[in-house]
Amino acid sequence: MRDLEVGEHLYRFPGGLKLRHHKQIACRDPLARPDLPEALYLPLQQHQGPFGEVLVQPDDRVLKGQPLSRARNDREVPVHAPTSGTIREIKPWPVSWPPAGEAECLILEPDGNETWFETNALENWHDAEPADLVEHIRAAGLAGLGGAMFPTAAKLRGDWAQVHTLILNGSECEPYISCDEMLMRERPGAIIEGGLILARALGAGKVVIAIEDQMGAVDKSLSRALAEHDPDDICRIVEVTTVYPEGGEKQLIQVLTGAEVPHDGLPQDLGLVCLNVGTAAAARDAVIEGKPLIERIVTVSGPGIAHPRNLLTLLGTPVSNLLAAAGGVDDDIERLVLGGPMSGLPLASDRIPITKGSNCILVLRRQDTRREQPVMPCINCGECVRVCPASLLPQELYKYLKAESHEEADSLDLFDCIECGCCAHVCPSHIPLVDWYRHGKGVLRERGIEDARAQKARQRFEAREKRITEEKEERRRKREQRERKLKSGGDARSEVQAAIERAQSRSTESDKDADQ
Amino acid sequence: MSATLSAILVAIGVMLALLLGIGLVLLFSARKWKPDEGSVVEQINRILPQTQCGQCDYPGCRPYAEAIANGEADINQCPPGGEAGVKALADLLGRESKPLDASHGETKPPIVAVIDEDRCIGCKLCIQACPVDAIIGAPKMMHTVIADECTGCELCLPPCPVDCIDLVPRRRPFIWPVHAIEVESPPGREPEHPEREHA
Amino acid sequence: MKVMLAGAPHIPPISTVSGVMKQVLYALIPAIAAHLWFFGLGILFQIALATGFALALEAAMLKLRQRPLGPFLSDYSAVVTAVLFALCIPPLAPWWIAFTGMLFAIVVAKHFYGGLGHNLFNPAMVGFAAVIVTFPLDLSQWLAPRQLSPGLPGLWQTAHAIFTGSLPESLSWDTLSQATPLDALKTGVAENRLVTEIRDAPIFGDFGGLGWEWIANFYALGGLWLVYRRVISWHVPVALLATVVVVTVPMWLMGPDINPSPLQHIFSGALVMAAFFIATDPVSGCSTMKGRLLFGAGVAILTLAIRRFGGYPDGVAFAVLLMNMAVPLIDRLTRPRTYGH
Repeated sequence: MRDLEVGEHLYRFPGGLKLRHHKQIACRDPLARPDLPEALYLPLQQHQGPFGEVLVQPDDRVLKGQPLSRARNDREVPVHAPTSGTIREIKPWPVSWPPAGEAECLILEPDGNETWFETNALENWHDAEPADLVEHIRAAGLAGLGGAMFPTAAKLRGDWAQVHTLILNGSECEPYISCDEMLMRERPGAIIEGGLILARALGAGKVVIAIEDQMGAVDKSLSRALAEHDPDDICRIVEVTTVYPEGGEKQLIQVLTGAEVPHDGLPQDLGLVCLNVGTAAAARDAVIEGKPLIERIVTVSGPGIAHPRNLLTLLGTPVSNLLAAAGGVDDDIERLVLGGPMSGLPLASDRIPITKGSNCILVLRRQDTRREQPVMPCINCGECVRVCPASLLPQELYKYLKAESHEEADSLDLFDCIECGCCAHVCPSHIPLVDWYRHGKGVLRERGIEDARAQKARQRFEAREKRITEEKEERRRKREQRERKLKSGGDARSEVQAAIERAQSRSTESDKDADQ
Repeated sequence: MSATLSAILVAIGVMLALLLGIGLVLLFSARKWKPDEGSVVEQINRILPQTQCGQCDYPGCRPYAEAIANGEADINQCPPGGEAGVKALADLLGRESKPLDASHGETKPPIVAVIDEDRCIGCKLCIQACPVDAIIGAPKMMHTVIADECTGCELCLPPCPVDCIDLVPRRRPFIWPVHAIEVESPPGREPEHPEREHA
Repeated sequence: MKVMLAGAPHIPPISTVSGVMKQVLYALIPAIAAHLWFFGLGILFQIALATGFALALEAAMLKLRQRPLGPFLSDYSAVVTAVLFALCIPPLAPWWIAFTGMLFAIVVAKHFYGGLGHNLFNPAMVGFAAVIVTFPLDLSQWLAPRQLSPGLPGLWQTAHAIFTGSLPESLSWDTLSQATPLDALKTGVAENRLVTEIRDAPIFGDFGGLGWEWIANFYALGGLWLVYRRVISWHVPVALLATVVVVTVPMWLMGPDINPSPLQHIFSGALVMAAFFIATDPVSGCSTMKGRLLFGAGVAILTLAIRRFGGYPDGVAFAVLLMNMAVPLIDRLTRPRTYGH
């Protein structure tokens, strides 16, 4: 297969929406840090996949950057102490997923000293083995900073064909979110260096940094950094047209290459890996400075916050601290959203901590979310079909899901829905389509689990039945054998005789042993 | 007049002939393409929840499936399958759906058995009772339920001499609700920063 | 802190059902004005009557079906049905025409099928089909356009005709009414007269019927605005009108004496109105883009077939209803390929 040309020509993806950006409001003030909170709440699981082995106990003193858990494989991601202090407790604490739910968190009380644990930098990454780079990135606890929180090491290492191009995704397409834009302005060099490191880890020959055409200052700062850090001309910057959701991995790949990621495959099948620009900067910090992932930029924005801005935040900081650092919220706030207005997750509490994938806290007032009409029946207008970037039939999916025909919805590729929210945003009937799709996927997943469980139970039941009948058969056979022997008189008697003799000889032997 | 009469007679005759013909074809095809007995049992068994609890009065799901296929048992005797299960069976067998027969028990949310390790005396009786071999343990040693394999059939409860087995709800994945819900911070906890309400 | 746990998107959708319906109504204003100019005040009475009946019947049905009145009465969908129906019937048609039409449109076609969003057939066209088979005579009494009329009936005369079902003594159908251009064409061709010869009659204008062609232009104007506003997609009107041209051009070239020209077809009857306002009805139409192309083409071909071979001078209503039946099949056959499949 010939390598795909990435970014040489820009393609279009079907559907999508042009949305009002609302990004500049959070970019006026320079990057700042919120106050050190009284306690940091570190969910053990901040990524997709199981969490590793916990290394600390309550009352342990930990240093900044010290690993608190250990990954046993690429699917597990360790958590590090964002600052020095004492582990107070390990207990359930409110988290963003599941909504209104809790998860095991390490509660760390900072001592305010910010004493660093030993840092573990790679001396010369230019000559380092790719495997060493991946190992370093894994130990630093990297998980996709774009929001999906997929373990980065698992993306870098796998048994797929040669990856030829690394795509760094800087096209954050959702309104309000500007943490990546801020990062690209403030630390363009780190992104370029991180990109080169990740490309080396992957063995990829090219790096394409995708940014939006509406990010004016970013192009300039990145180009300057490019001249400084990329003498071999491996990286290039591509400006993509701002159409939501062009920052979605599948859509970005379609825009840059014209190719589609197979529905049962990965970008790696096309020789591509797509990572967030924030992940690249974190990879640079992990390798060159030896610092694990303990902080990230979070946008705090929305009409309900006094001073929207970007905050460099320690992981584990409660949302309430960020809200305070951004000037506090309006009286009539109705919704806190983790992420953007189109696909973000509602937060049940402001005590939920920032994790590796938290890119934005959006504060919405009652009037920002108010609907002008109740949910009406679908009028089949087809707007959702027009805007769906996955070329699904949202209205038909909805009808099947509403009728609880989940299998039908599955056959209409429900699982290819990326939950971008375009369909629901144009629906004149105000149907919460994305809720229905999430619900449907959940039901189908649970049904799949139940089905697998039932089939396993069936197999185990049948195996047990077989074993029991076999055992019965075996017993019957033995009994018959015994009975046969007893019937054929002489044999049986001589056998009894032989047994008695054997026993006697054994007892005399043991007597001898005793004598000695 | 007689022409009209004969026309009516012809019409009736034609209709009767058609009726007879179609009836014969249907009868013949029903006999010829009778569903395979084994595959019917297999299909019924696939619908059954494989709890192996015996609440249907048969010693397991497959025996119950065989009984349904033979016409010995009704389709509404499986409480774990619930109304949805009855409906699926009715659809498969082309019968009228009916409410669950309450004399066999009620549908409950999925549960798993958990052995209280302090109370267990290691008698092995529950191991023998478990229809899916989901309990492991040796004589005089504490027993454990493999939660992933347990079907929540409750068959291990009666034989236990010390009542050390509890049934707890099975952990289920979170399913996104279709309708918006309003929450007052997470349930069961006091807000730690009450002043934030006015911030 | 009290927060709402609702799914994304968190900002409200950009349109509403009533918003969509209202825009359709705005887009009809030019055509209604043209209708008013060429055929007099009758259209205003018909719109008022049909809207009144439609809303009353809608309210009654909602009540019977125990559905909330507020959101469904204010969604303007019944009003759109009523206005489209009113534009299809003769301006002086007696009041029971509007009543019967709305009875079938709102009660039978809409609520018997489950109300808004659930109707398989276009309600306005079901209403029209019902009255054209029930009251064929009333439906054939079209007024002559302004240019050919001895004087369009005034306010009182219009009201008298509509509410009593008979003309006031000062007027007579002989002077007022006129065969519609499509009627004239149909009977003319049946009498073996040449199309060119038939077209010499004063009721014909430059392309279609006198007056009618202007109304068609105004339908197109409103329709194009709807396309621009993305209330309707371009697929149905383009497919419909293009198919009419593609099918009629060769026929016209082969036999201009017996086959009317493509422009004549387009600019007479309800073709342009159907292209932009009737075949684009979302509920009873296709939802895939390819499906909409097929739907539009199907309406065009059936309309032409009915005009040429059928018993009615114009076949738009029946063509639309027939295509409505094919919608589930078309939608199934034209499902787009999902990303990555």
